[in-house]
Amino acid sequence: MTTLLEVRGLKKYFPIRKGLLRRVTGQVKAVDGVSFTIRKGETLALVGESGCGKTTVSRCILRAIDPSAGSVTIALEGHTVDLATLPRRQLRPLRRHMQMVFQDPYSSLNPRMLVGEIIGEPLLINGMTDRAERRARVLALMELVGLPGAAINRFPHAFSGGQRQRIGIARALALNPALIVADEPVSALDVSVQAQILNLLLDLQDRLGLTVLFVAHDLSVVKHVADRVAVMYVGRIVEMAETEALYHRPLHPYTEALLSAAPTPIPGAVSHRIILERDIADPANPPPGCAFHPRCRYAEPRCRTDRPEMVEVEPGRHVACLRATELGLRGIAEMT
Amino acid sequence: MFSFFRRQPKLSQAERYAQATQFQLTWWRFRRHRVAMVSGVIVALFYLVAVGADFLATTDPHATDARTSYIAPQPIRLFEDDGSFQPYVSGLKGVRDPKTFKLIYTVDPSRHVPIQFFGHGYSYSFLGLDTDVHLFSLKTPERGDGIFILGTDQLGRDVWSRLIVATRVSLTIGLVGVTISLFLGVLLGGVSAFYGGMVDTVIQRVIEVIRSMPTIPLWLGLAAALPNDWSVTQVYFSITVIISLLAWTDLARVVRGKFLALREEEFVMAAELAGASSGRIIFRHMLPSFLSHIIAAVSLALPAMIISETSLSFLGLGLRPPAISWGILLQDAQSIQSLALAPWLLAAAVPVILVILAFNFLGDGLRDAADPYG
Amino acid sequence: MAEPILSVRDLHTEFVANEGIIRAVDGVSFDVFQGRTLGVVGESGCGKSVTARSILGIVERPGRVTGGQIILRPADGPPVDLLKLPAKAMRDIRGPEIALVFQEPMASFSQYYTIGNQIMEGIRLHLGLSRRAARDRAIELLDMVGVPQPSRRVDEYPFQLSGGLRQRVMIAMALSCDPRVLIADEPTTALDVTTQAQILDLLRDLQQKQGLALILITHDMGVIAEMAHDVAVMYLGRAVETGPVGEIFSAPRHPYTRALLRSIPTVLAKPRTRLPTIEGSIPHPSNRPTGCAYHPRCLEIIDERCRAQEPPETGAATTRIRCFLHGGAA
Repeated sequence: MTTLLEVRGLKKYFPIRKGLLRRVTGQVKAVDGVSFTIRKGETLALVGESGCGKTTVSRCILRAIDPSAGSVTIALEGHTVDLATLPRRQLRPLRRHMQMVFQDPYSSLNPRMLVGEIIGEPLLINGMTDRAERRARVLALMELVGLPGAAINRFPHAFSGGQRQRIGIARALALNPALIVADEPVSALDVSVQAQILNLLLDLQDRLGLTVLFVAHDLSVVKHVADRVAVMYVGRIVEMAETEALYHRPLHPYTEALLSAAPTPIPGAVSHRIILERDIADPANPPPGCAFHPRCRYAEPRCRTDRPEMVEVEPGRHVACLRATELGLRGIAEMT
Repeated sequence: MFSFFRRQPKLSQAERYAQATQFQLTWWRFRRHRVAMVSGVIVALFYLVAVGADFLATTDPHATDARTSYIAPQPIRLFEDDGSFQPYVSGLKGVRDPKTFKLIYTVDPSRHVPIQFFGHGYSYSFLGLDTDVHLFSLKTPERGDGIFILGTDQLGRDVWSRLIVATRVSLTIGLVGVTISLFLGVLLGGVSAFYGGMVDTVIQRVIEVIRSMPTIPLWLGLAAALPNDWSVTQVYFSITVIISLLAWTDLARVVRGKFLALREEEFVMAAELAGASSGRIIFRHMLPSFLSHIIAAVSLALPAMIISETSLSFLGLGLRPPAISWGILLQDAQSIQSLALAPWLLAAAVPVILVILAFNFLGDGLRDAADPYG
Repeated sequence: MAEPILSVRDLHTEFVANEGIIRAVDGVSFDVFQGRTLGVVGESGCGKSVTARSILGIVERPGRVTGGQIILRPADGPPVDLLKLPAKAMRDIRGPEIALVFQEPMASFSQYYTIGNQIMEGIRLHLGLSRRAARDRAIELLDMVGVPQPSRRVDEYPFQLSGGLRQRVMIAMALSCDPRVLIADEPTTALDVTTQAQILDLLRDLQQKQGLALILITHDMGVIAEMAHDVAVMYLGRAVETGPVGEIFSAPRHPYTRALLRSIPTVLAKPRTRLPTIEGSIPHPSNRPTGCAYHPRCLEIIDERCRAQEPPETGAATTRIRCFLHGGAA
């Protein structure tokens, strides 16, 4: 499989400003050296809790915000481009290759536009000016995501959350993008509707060979869609592996804790739960050494001083933990 | 068959809702806001009066006659003594004051002066047409006669006619003023939000400085700086400019806040990621979203403008006679003496209160209705 | 089994909206026992939060409770129907008898008082303690819910705390007057998974220590499985199935419960497997389908009856169901 997207050493620091003159007094290291690749046709899930920087990574890739450092290379029609450093003017024609599905199905659709206009807007912007042609393409897209054709003349307010998310997916697919970034696409939906959207994403990927970066906070949702999973904690990736391997034998203590904290609909499954102490570290003031050490039950003195780098401990298994190879952590099989 | 007929309109109603535009949704919501609806009608009526001021006035608002000073309000009677329908007012008769031997007019209930509709009176120009038709006027007026619904002032001018004409001045000064401050507010607020950084900081600090100025002394100074020999129009225009130069800051803040909030909206980001130009993002996505907020902000800024003009003129710093505005009319009612003698001079306070309240309720209603999604 | 502390019988709560009358809670019954957790689970619009607010008598206008009974059995004295109590007497119930933990801890605090002040307010009001004693009690409570350095934290403001700590303080505040029934309305929805695990652990621990009767309201079947002894599954204002947690999860009987349980993503699934789904979407409560409200989405619909008639609640005291598949002859 060929590589579609390669992220190297991505950093995004937000300045903390104070006072009347808005002087910079510090920095929030929202993303602090993130590297990964996505192969064509696969789904990589970026998982982590609030403030871990997963959303910032996705916005940097789409250049909704400008990264502070690092490169984001994407392979487009035979040549590669570094999106991180490209001037905005040159970026605009390339935007069509990367589209986004948003978390909030309410704020992501312009309430003043008809469904047909919303799905057709990317087409119009990128040169499909013929009205009839656009309409035909919009109708085809609506069918693809399971929306009735009559919806084309309605406004988003007439639709439920699940249907709105379908509209958002149709809009993202309109330009046949090389990469789809899905930012928590089901976390705002009701359980009974979540499954519909997850299945739709799987179907679309099979039919269209989509490459997806799936951002989520929920390991159970991720299990159903991802080929590979990258777990983030306070601005860095702590572990990255094939889905099955990561769930069965996590190598990072944080992954282990996340897995055990995921609620499972089986009564009595909770007896093996690992309860982490304290709160997630503050990215404006991360602890020295391994950022996870204050909460880690396996921490040693060196974890407080030495920052673990990401290492490929086995083929396809990356982990940033000083004790990764010696711990023997529990996976999902041992938890129930 | 029966159920078919019953269900049909229900379905189409859902569809009607589904296809309702932002404007329709706002209107549906606004319509349910009863106080705001009534206020809207009142405001509309006031502006109708402003447009047709001369048509509704009965006597030349500038015409003075010292002998008819302080005539009390005269009721219009609808039926003649014989019971036939013929609106009339009582005529005036001249009597010598027993002490000063001055000729003054008093009401003579025995003489009936009939009123006609669409008759002729003083001439004026309406939308460029010169005419002298008025809604109602006296059929056979003798010297001193007039329809003094709200009485007359010290100089014998008809308060009703002056009030009607003042409505035009006071309401349009609000409109002109709001237009200027809207322009400034949207421009500077938009620039502030769009460019951010240094530009934003400078504009925001300027707004803070302007807002921290005590307004009355500032007006005093500015008004004093206006040359005395300026015409009524020039003064009128300068006053509106002065008021709006101070009033734009509120609108600028509304625009900037809304602009910044909208820039974070996901649908704006979606358009940007689809490759939309800044122009398209601003005009297709952002502007329609805060247009309704601007309309609401304007309807709340208008009464502030009107109050400003009224207070300025009342204090003698704004418009000056012979211009007529609510403030100037109220100026006549400044002294206790004239109030005791002619309490009807306070009539100008009624439309001020009414229109300010109506505008505020209207603005509230619009603001609530403007965001059918919020 | 002992007598329930709280019995809700045939509760109805309605909202007057522009679309007409919305029956947010429409005939809900359940029992809550000392030392046990009742999980109330359902999706948006099912009326689970309104049920909680109805019990506490804090339904906001234009909503109001229109029928049913809420029987509380106080430790001392005869049972009372909370719906018949005057507002003043109800104030003495909230806090010492029944307390509430909200979903959004940030919105439930005043930003202008220290957390100590806010905890002490309830203590002084209901228990009549002195300032000093109330403060000691507040520190004790913070310690109990696992807030580190309670004697320092007591003087902090809500914005100085993380989401997890705020929820702990919220729980401390709810427990300040030793209530016998605690209602937790989506207590962990706004929190991260690792923090959620901490809070659920705390709630379980407190319940065991204090013998609380807990009503846990959530949309998350995983949380229910972990926390509840008994479960009420709600759909569009009705409890469609009620029963012990083991039965609900191992042998769900109502088609909605069954479909809902199947459609939940879990970490145990094989990677990239499709989930069984429930067709369609949840209707808006103002637009409730006739008959059984679930029938348009039901795969096991039997006949016209489901479309035309509302299935009655059948079954024993603790295991009840509303479905024609399980009794309720026409």
